[in-house]
Amino acid sequence: MPRIYIDNMPFEVKAGKNLLEVCLSLGIDLPYFCWHPAMGSIGACRQCAVKVYKDAEDTKGRIMMSCMESVKDDLRISVCDPGAKAFRAQVIEWLMTNHPHDCPVCDEGGSCHLQDVTVMTGHDYRRYEFKKRTYTNQYLGPLINHEMNRCIQCYRCVRFYRDYAGGKDLNVFSAHNHVYFGREKDGVLQSPFSGNLAEVCPTGVFTDKTLKEHYTRKWDLTNAPAICQHCSLGCNIIAGERYGQLRSIVNRYNSEVNGYFLCDKGRFGYEFVNSENRITQTLIRHRAAEAVDEQTLMNHLPHILTGHTVIGIGSPRASIESNYALMELAGKECFYQGLPDNQVFLEQKIADILSAGTIHTPSLKEIEQADAVLVLGEDIWNTAPIMALAVRQSVMRTAAAHVQEQVPVPGWHDAALKELAQESKGFLANMSILSSPLDEIAAVQVHGTPDDMARLGFQIAHLLNNTLPAVDNAADTLLHNATMISQQLLLARHPVIITGTSSGSEALIRAAYDIAAALQNEERHPGLAFVLPDCNSMGLAMTGASSFEKALAIVQKNPDVTAVILENDLYRNIPADLVDTFFSKCRQVVVLDTLHNRTTEKADVLIPVATFAEGDGTFINNEGRAQRSYQVFMSPDKVLKEAFKWLFEMKVIRRAISNGHDVHPDEMLAGLERAYPQFKGIADVVPSHAFRIHGSRIPRESQRYSGRTAMQANKAVSEPKPLQDDDSPLSFTMEGYRGMPPAPLIPYFWAPGWNSGQAVNKYQQETGGALKGGDPGIRLFRETGAIPAYFQDIPDAFSPRQGKWFLLPQYQLFGSGELSIYTKGIAALSPEPRAILSARDAASLNMATGDLLSVQTDNRTYQFPLETRDDLQDGIVILTAGLKGMDALSWGTWVNLFK
Amino acid sequence: MISHLRTMWLVFLHLFHKRETIQYPEEKVAMRPRWRGRIVLTKDPDGGERCVGCYLCAAACPVDCIALQAAEDENGRRYPEFFRINFSRCIFCGYCEEACPTYAIQLTPDFEMAEYRRQDLVYEKEDLLIDSQGKYPGYNFYKMAGLSAGVKEKGKGENEEAPVDIKSLLP
Repeated sequence: MPRIYIDNMPFEVKAGKNLLEVCLSLGIDLPYFCWHPAMGSIGACRQCAVKVYKDAEDTKGRIMMSCMESVKDDLRISVCDPGAKAFRAQVIEWLMTNHPHDCPVCDEGGSCHLQDVTVMTGHDYRRYEFKKRTYTNQYLGPLINHEMNRCIQCYRCVRFYRDYAGGKDLNVFSAHNHVYFGREKDGVLQSPFSGNLAEVCPTGVFTDKTLKEHYTRKWDLTNAPAICQHCSLGCNIIAGERYGQLRSIVNRYNSEVNGYFLCDKGRFGYEFVNSENRITQTLIRHRAAEAVDEQTLMNHLPHILTGHTVIGIGSPRASIESNYALMELAGKECFYQGLPDNQVFLEQKIADILSAGTIHTPSLKEIEQADAVLVLGEDIWNTAPIMALAVRQSVMRTAAAHVQEQVPVPGWHDAALKELAQESKGFLANMSILSSPLDEIAAVQVHGTPDDMARLGFQIAHLLNNTLPAVDNAADTLLHNATMISQQLLLARHPVIITGTSSGSEALIRAAYDIAAALQNEERHPGLAFVLPDCNSMGLAMTGASSFEKALAIVQKNPDVTAVILENDLYRNIPADLVDTFFSKCRQVVVLDTLHNRTTEKADVLIPVATFAEGDGTFINNEGRAQRSYQVFMSPDKVLKEAFKWLFEMKVIRRAISNGHDVHPDEMLAGLERAYPQFKGIADVVPSHAFRIHGSRIPRESQRYSGRTAMQANKAVSEPKPLQDDDSPLSFTMEGYRGMPPAPLIPYFWAPGWNSGQAVNKYQQETGGALKGGDPGIRLFRETGAIPAYFQDIPDAFSPRQGKWFLLPQYQLFGSGELSIYTKGIAALSPEPRAILSARDAASLNMATGDLLSVQTDNRTYQFPLETRDDLQDGIVILTAGLKGMDALSWGTWVNLFK
Repeated sequence: MISHLRTMWLVFLHLFHKRETIQYPEEKVAMRPRWRGRIVLTKDPDGGERCVGCYLCAAACPVDCIALQAAEDENGRRYPEFFRINFSRCIFCGYCEEACPTYAIQLTPDFEMAEYRRQDLVYEKEDLLIDSQGKYPGYNFYKMAGLSAGVKEKGKGENEEAPVDIKSLLP
């Protein structure tokens, strides 16, 4: 390790880093703008100047940009040198000559990197007497606000948007001191990662438009570490509340999972918590007064729970604690997943593969570091966007790594690496049903039916390991693609294979597994990643419970069944006529949910439960990582409690036993671990609810939190006692331990002098590294080192049928989410439902784009506007899936189409 | 002995001094303009609300007795949707006035705020907003600030150049 001297103090530092990273990792406050730990250095802002000395005798030194200088042994630098300080102050003074006088009305104020750096350098008085440059703003869509006057030309936005995330419609225009960051003309930002601009921009040029609707400063939010609810990746988020409403979501750094960035669905899809459609009252239907209080409900529940068969329908979007509580209430044998047979089968297969532990499952960080990626039939751009972003990084970094093998350029030197790499890319093979934005960076793009893609996968596996069977009757293109992909995969040391459940094909999972197993040897360590539909799909699959169809069979046999449905809108996953039959056969239906939907309409007893913001819960992501999401705020509504608390009370009623204690989430997890060994280790995911630091809780509110004695003074001038639950070591107040909490309990990133999110530097072991004390979350699957057994079961090639079409879903990032659609901006960006056919098929039906196509499936007929595409194979019809109010269809079946 | 006599003489002389006691409330107190009394919200010279809902007063308040919610009108002008001061907690320190970047919140020379019920000391925006510029006439934040909020267009401010033509490459 090189030893360097900073202001004559010796430090052992990591080789290959630049001076800025080193200083920040050592805890030295050095201002910067254009450098970003995930994007490297370009040396544009001139803010991080330090003095570098030739040797110990040199007293004069020279000013250099610390972000552009590598660490060398015996390097002597000075951060506190008066010359370097004056230089930094002057740079800020220049930047501020044009900065508008609008911090009071700027949404960034209070979490602004420019404010922090200005204070850090000591610039406080405007000497420049001339006029300020101004710009006009652009409309950038319903999610991001643009205020160009505030720009300091650090180029971070375009570097993130274009270079990092691959967006095209944001760019820099004009010249010299007139450069402008925006679109060619007003319009919605096209990238699904545009929300990160609000965090990447060091000032308030790009801000969160949904926050503007109910604006709150960072210091006024009640924050908690939470887990994103909108896909299976389990990105870490910080959710903030004020006045009983969830107000904003910002990224919570976790080096293994989401790193520095979130997708727009995760960042903006929080408004369902504040929705008017929330269930806020306990209801007992078929009475004169349906809304009842908790006591009436508790008196009513024994009549329906005792003396009858109780079955539980679990949920892939409820926490594992809630699902476990339902398993305890209904009994393990009477607990069902509430998902169709096929889905349960696929997810079970994935859970089995992961628990066998023969092949490594990569985290998102490991996907970023992969040197070849094969996406096998999953549209990750729409179903797991942050994984798509990670795949993009893998492609770019592999290209950079090839350059570094020839030219000794350090990895942080972004501009130089881009210049040398030019258009070269790492290897990505993207296979999906329809074309995807990832195709642009893919060396091989294949579009086809799931079975054909699986056949290609099996052919690749055959080429990698010739003891595996070859695909018979293979087309030439398939053979060609398989050869090319297998050659590239063989060159890689850490290839990653990605597949998922969205196309409903088990063959894809088998093929992906066979490829990964065939790649595995002493030198090559492949990763096999799966994408699931919901935030706790993996947790539910790990329970091993049966599908909805089994529950339906029970109900059809037994007329005396009370069904308890947990946070699951059955109509979204299961064809409507099956669900209708189910409800008609149940004696009583108890539904616990957050929002009114078609299933809650059928409930005889409806119980409101907390969303992720009002309750604690643990979620298991696609790689089997259990992560705790902490309650953000306490609803004044006492009935709005976590589902597992309701279910526990119901169990006490049913079994007539109670130990008289509240059940905390960590106690639930300990119970889960005892009853179900597959969850071993989950109880250690976070510190216990009794954890304290120096006898204090960790406050969810900042020490600047304002308005305590006035917020509720309009109702009663005497302040009520602060709300408190005993489920976690976090308090709902500003009192408590002010030091650095353990990583799973960080409610927000803040450090003295660092009010913006950039304060995360202070929480990391080194810049861009793991959080101090290790990243939160526990992986439940361990590698066993067992020899993988191949599946080898190759499906037949897809062949179109006369007069029938194969039905496949298309998931949309904006629109297919059950909860995110309640955000107005996301609903506005959600596409209209449509059917997609190949141009030839449309012609055979005598139809054109825009015509209404009738699709006959599940004993019903649906009409969709038609779109024709040339990249689609003949014989399949693709329908938009998961839009609000749409029936679930039997994907992967043959349907009739007519005009 | 001389000291005692001197003291008695001085006390006697006080009989002829001007009286300091004021017959309050019949007689009103003359207040200085910078007295820190009842808090008001003022308006700018154009009659618009000065408060932009920046939350700085609330953050500065040592007893946390100010709560507000910022909102935005159709022109993008910020204003407080509600603005509440709990005067039963207020210590009249004046930090809110110091923190206010728009001269909106001001302390006035009025201390006559006694109430029989504590609840009546909770003042809402309607109670606080006055139709005057208060102590600092002439200042309109939106004329100085760089964003357009229906008060002035971009580039029309006192210290602003006309907006950049981004299609131009001229120096």
